[in-house]
Amino acid sequence: MRIVPFLISTLITLGLIFVLDNPIGEKVPMALGSFLSPQHGFWQNAEPVNHDFNDTLAIPQLKGKVEIYLDDRLVPHIFAENDEDLYAAQGYIHAKFRYFQMDLQTRAAAGRVSEIAGPAAVEFDRSQRRLGMVYAAERALEEMEKDPLTKRVYDAYTRGVNAYVTSLKPEEWPVEYKLLNIAPEPWSNLRTALLLKMMAKMLTGGTERDLGYTNARAIFTPEEFSRLYQIVPDSLRPIVPKGTPFAPPAVKPVIPASADTLYFNSRKTVAFQETDRPNPNNGSNNWVVAGSKTKSGAPILSNDPHLELSLPSIWYELQLTDPTGSTYGVSLPGSPYVIIGFNDHIAWGITNAQRDVKDYYEIRFKDHKKDAYWYKGEWTPTQLRIEEIKVKGAAPVVDTVAYTVFGPVMYESSFPNGTTQHENLAVRWTAHDPSNEGLTFYKLNRAKNYREYVEAISHFTCPGQNFVFASKTGDIAIWQQGRFPARWPKQGLFVMPGTDDSYRWQGFIPQNENPHILNPSRGFLQSANQRPVDDTYPYFIPGFYITPRGISIEQKLEKMSQIGVEDMQKLLSDYDNVTGRALQPLFLKFTEQASLSEDAKRFRELLKNWDGQSGPDSRGQTVYQVWMDSLKTTVWNDELARITPQAPAPDEQVLTELLLKDTASVFYDDVTTPKREGIRDVLAIALEKAVPTLLEAEKNGRLEWAKYKNPSIFHLLKNSVPSFARRGLPVGGYGNIINAVTVSHGPSWRMIVHLTEETEAYGVYPAGQSGNPGSPYYDNFIDSWVRGEMYKLLVMKPGDVTHERIKWKITLSPAE
Amino acid sequence: MNESNGRSPYPLLNNRRTRIDLMKTLIAIIFTAILSLVLGRFLPWWSIAIAAFAISLFFQQSGISAFLAGFLGIFGAWGFYAFWIDRANESILSQRVAGLLPLDGNAILLILLTGVIGGIVGGMAALSANLLVRPKGKGRDYENYYRRKFEIR
Repeated sequence: MRIVPFLISTLITLGLIFVLDNPIGEKVPMALGSFLSPQHGFWQNAEPVNHDFNDTLAIPQLKGKVEIYLDDRLVPHIFAENDEDLYAAQGYIHAKFRYFQMDLQTRAAAGRVSEIAGPAAVEFDRSQRRLGMVYAAERALEEMEKDPLTKRVYDAYTRGVNAYVTSLKPEEWPVEYKLLNIAPEPWSNLRTALLLKMMAKMLTGGTERDLGYTNARAIFTPEEFSRLYQIVPDSLRPIVPKGTPFAPPAVKPVIPASADTLYFNSRKTVAFQETDRPNPNNGSNNWVVAGSKTKSGAPILSNDPHLELSLPSIWYELQLTDPTGSTYGVSLPGSPYVIIGFNDHIAWGITNAQRDVKDYYEIRFKDHKKDAYWYKGEWTPTQLRIEEIKVKGAAPVVDTVAYTVFGPVMYESSFPNGTTQHENLAVRWTAHDPSNEGLTFYKLNRAKNYREYVEAISHFTCPGQNFVFASKTGDIAIWQQGRFPARWPKQGLFVMPGTDDSYRWQGFIPQNENPHILNPSRGFLQSANQRPVDDTYPYFIPGFYITPRGISIEQKLEKMSQIGVEDMQKLLSDYDNVTGRALQPLFLKFTEQASLSEDAKRFRELLKNWDGQSGPDSRGQTVYQVWMDSLKTTVWNDELARITPQAPAPDEQVLTELLLKDTASVFYDDVTTPKREGIRDVLAIALEKAVPTLLEAEKNGRLEWAKYKNPSIFHLLKNSVPSFARRGLPVGGYGNIINAVTVSHGPSWRMIVHLTEETEAYGVYPAGQSGNPGSPYYDNFIDSWVRGEMYKLLVMKPGDVTHERIKWKITLSPAE
Repeated sequence: MNESNGRSPYPLLNNRRTRIDLMKTLIAIIFTAILSLVLGRFLPWWSIAIAAFAISLFFQQSGISAFLAGFLGIFGAWGFYAFWIDRANESILSQRVAGLLPLDGNAILLILLTGVIGGIVGGMAALSANLLVRPKGKGRDYENYYRRKFEIR
């Protein structure tokens, strides 16, 4: 025995184990020892490519037997004896294939990212808490659990999820837990509510520009303002076709007496810029054609929601069957039900309404304690909510949020940091109101006709959506559904005074006055995030509308007849750039005589030869888009930068229409130069400014559109795991084009449903059914999606168990 | 080693003692690998150190042989297990993970890294055990320790 060498050697061994048992990096803080261990670490997540998914399991509190058949694309077809078991099984299967996603998304929604990512995420967490995300989820949960049916369904779903989560041994945890060195947390009904609020924030958290507009008001006259923002474009093709009459409004909001001085003509500005804005391209297309326009005589419905493209996808495809019928479509992991899909009788799709449902009120606190504010002539107590944010590797951060009659005070001197001014801005947001959106989907999944569809969607409050509809009985319809405030003109465009109730919302637009239409004579309907109605609609409805895709879809559908599924499929991946085609002659005409640099001339030539299509190989599209982006800054920035934070840029459609209709506009002038610039000058200046970008792209061989924009689909952990992403996808399109693929944003699910007697449906999304980066089903749909191909969806019937596409079976039975 | 004439073409292996030592090390490697996989089913990853340590207690060998037995035992267990998983997975995950580490997305390098990391821990643990049981005394002919003892007796 050699004591000293033994001790040294043992210490080295233990030291080695200690080092390998502790995190190695900041971004991916895995412990290398357990991470590399083939019995404990990531190797356990490397699923054999011929993995056998057959299984038999016992689930607590199940009432009967549930059979889950997995097809060749790993789509589960769930057959249950009652609705409760159905949603327990959906919970189980969501968790089995997507638990990390569910866990991470709802932790983020609750403002708990710092627990994983450390101090860098504290500001994000604070913004989530200050926006009242958890408060909103708690209020929704309270409302949901008041309804016995909803409570039963959510309880069952949560049980199903947790049956899976608690069955896992640490080596079976999804690989991301091993990378991040964290453990999964059990599911709860509150987390489902948090997921719905995450969607509400994603889709309505950036459709208002109140802070930016308030600053814009200080630099533009009211006339200028109304020419730049919230215009109803002449080129608009609204969701409810032009000329459809509207009944007089049932609610008539009254402009406050003080509005002229305190509101319309005020020059008061705000020091805040909204933090963490959702992607402005969050949008979607949906359309439906009636039997009168199709080859078969049956309606065809199509939908492609444009969202952040991620691995795994926000969507999970499945078929749900209980004795009341069968529903097929995509679901949100974290929530029961099919969200977009079809059943034996109807089909539906959704796009975002883009309406502004979030306003800000300026609050006067009594003192720094923030426990009282001036309201209706007296000091009124606030409710203080203490938010404790746990931070990895640092002390917890405590934030106090004051709740007023309007809502939580989101912005104040302590947030964001570094602000010197002292406005306190409370946020009024419809997502804070109690609601039960889930009920819409329970009912929609089972709806048999137009009447039941209308009843089902009436429960849907926030985020406002355009529900397109078609039934096997031949009806087509669309409703813009949500709970929208009835505003007086310009109410809520700017920060409003919060010292009394005169600026509060006076009511909501009645449900039956929401924009809608059933069976229009023209035989088709479409929505693509445009303003839902023309200016004859009797309410003031600001929003973040996107006009071009609606024009494009309508122009094409108008011309089409004898439509088949293949025409719809072509339209879904259409690359036509309507805005670009409209502006191309103008760009060329007004730069004809300009004295341009040699390079500029060369790029101008490329635009001249452009066919107006945004395909992956198009170089003209790259020139157009870079030139257009440069033009936007050239035209607007001199005006907008007169204030800090800068006023928001007007919508693309505003500039498009300005260029087409007013070649002598004052806005072309650069206010910082003595010279008076005109349209010829701005176009030439914009082109010259675009040249370095284009030259750089050309030098790197990336002038082709797909190479230039480099479409990529990232894992949820983004740049922490670059090798989990799929980058450089050869796909064209853009946010203003029907095939709305930007960089990592675009058609997150494409679906076509042909409502013939035997439903014929197609779908694809750019990811795969499994969230496991070690599974062949992680990204196996991406290549088909890139090529614009779609899968024929297998709608399985109860007796169909021997279908050739059915590969595996999971049986769930009640636990003893 | 088992040619018909009993002679190996490798002169070193004709030394009976060397052959016994090699056999010993080989057996230690196999036992270490097996025990590490058995313990790994119930204990955390660092049970490889326990396995290598425990096996090494039962084998009288040089420090270098002990380290090598521990290293190769765990290298083999982890490396082959990882290789077997990787083949069934067609390197889908290993290439992605190798992209996170400075391994240029190379699955083979990741398998080797897996083996080497486990191997070093196993080797050090085995060496520790060896130092614990190895008879004391500088320069002692430990290989012939028992034989000498026997002869003296």
